[in-house]
Amino acid sequence: MDLLAVAWPYWHQFFFIIFATIAIGFGFGVLLSKNVVRMAFYLVLSLGSTAGLFFLAGAEFVGAMQLMIYVGGTLVLLIFGVMLTAQKDFINMDTHTQDWILATIVGGSLLMVLLFGAFGAEDWRTPQDINDAHVSATKEATPLGLALTGIRVDTLGESTDAVADGKSGYLMPFIIVSFHLLVVLIGAAYMARTKKLSHATDDKSSRAKLMLFKMEHEEEPLEEAKYVVTHKGKSALNPLDPNDEN
Amino acid sequence: MLLIGTVTVSWYLAVGAVLFVLGAVCMATKRNLLGVLMGVELVLNGANMNFIAFGSKVLRPEGSLGLDGQLIALFVIVLAAAEAAVALAIALNFYNNHNTVDVDRANELNG
Repeated sequence: MDLLAVAWPYWHQFFFIIFATIAIGFGFGVLLSKNVVRMAFYLVLSLGSTAGLFFLAGAEFVGAMQLMIYVGGTLVLLIFGVMLTAQKDFINMDTHTQDWILATIVGGSLLMVLLFGAFGAEDWRTPQDINDAHVSATKEATPLGLALTGIRVDTLGESTDAVADGKSGYLMPFIIVSFHLLVVLIGAAYMARTKKLSHATDDKSSRAKLMLFKMEHEEEPLEEAKYVVTHKGKSALNPLDPNDEN
Repeated sequence: MLLIGTVTVSWYLAVGAVLFVLGAVCMATKRNLLGVLMGVELVLNGANMNFIAFGSKVLRPEGSLGLDGQLIALFVIVLAAAEAAVALAIALNFYNNHNTVDVDRANELNG
């Protein structure tokens, strides 16, 4: 970092502009693309360059976690969802024009307010001298891990009795988020499991209704005994049917 | 490069604001349930950008949040992963029951 800074003083701005352009550009790609598969890919690039911005801000550990958990985990999950639901009709879905108009007005005004706030405070606009000694590369992962177990090594020196409680670690949120993840994983696995439509004739679900509708409107009347109902919603020939000619 | 000056917290806040607005508009306009989910991810990233900017000792040596900002950002990332898992399970359930991922068709609870 120091070598690069000596050789080329504007490397920070350069990489910031590159990463910010990629993040915002592919964010627009996510918004404007109609194809859900392309949206997923644009989101990967946008979140990846967001991780680059985290690295530039000195949050190496969070940037690495962003790449591993977000890009490596959450987006893979999303892409699985896209693949599982990617039927012909749902790949491209148009937004109504009045929705676009309303969303542009509301989003534009929200962006105005946020940008006004971002550049409004004098303290945030003014660059501080970043050549201080304590800015030089510090190890981040160990203090982060210790803070998650309840020990704040980074604030030991300045911690007085008055603020000691507020400077305690993040053990409780860590435990809460751990249990939250456990509950969420069990709940998601329970909700997403495949259910078998064993009694499709009296089932109220619309998939069974649709299937019955299709069966009723076939050219030839079908004998129900020849068909088994699978959980995929297709009717298949029953291999155990004794009346089957094959 | 000389014209744009040094990278400050405001720059990061601006990028975060743009990502937030893009995600919010994405959530509002997409008809595909998974598109709405992608909007949520963009919104959470825009918020995370603010935490990282305020917690950065590179951008603000004086008066930065320090490790607190990074810790909150980590919690946001974990909660976003949990949210994506649950929302995806709901989306798959909706798709299995209704044969569509169009959120406009999810109007059974209309009052």
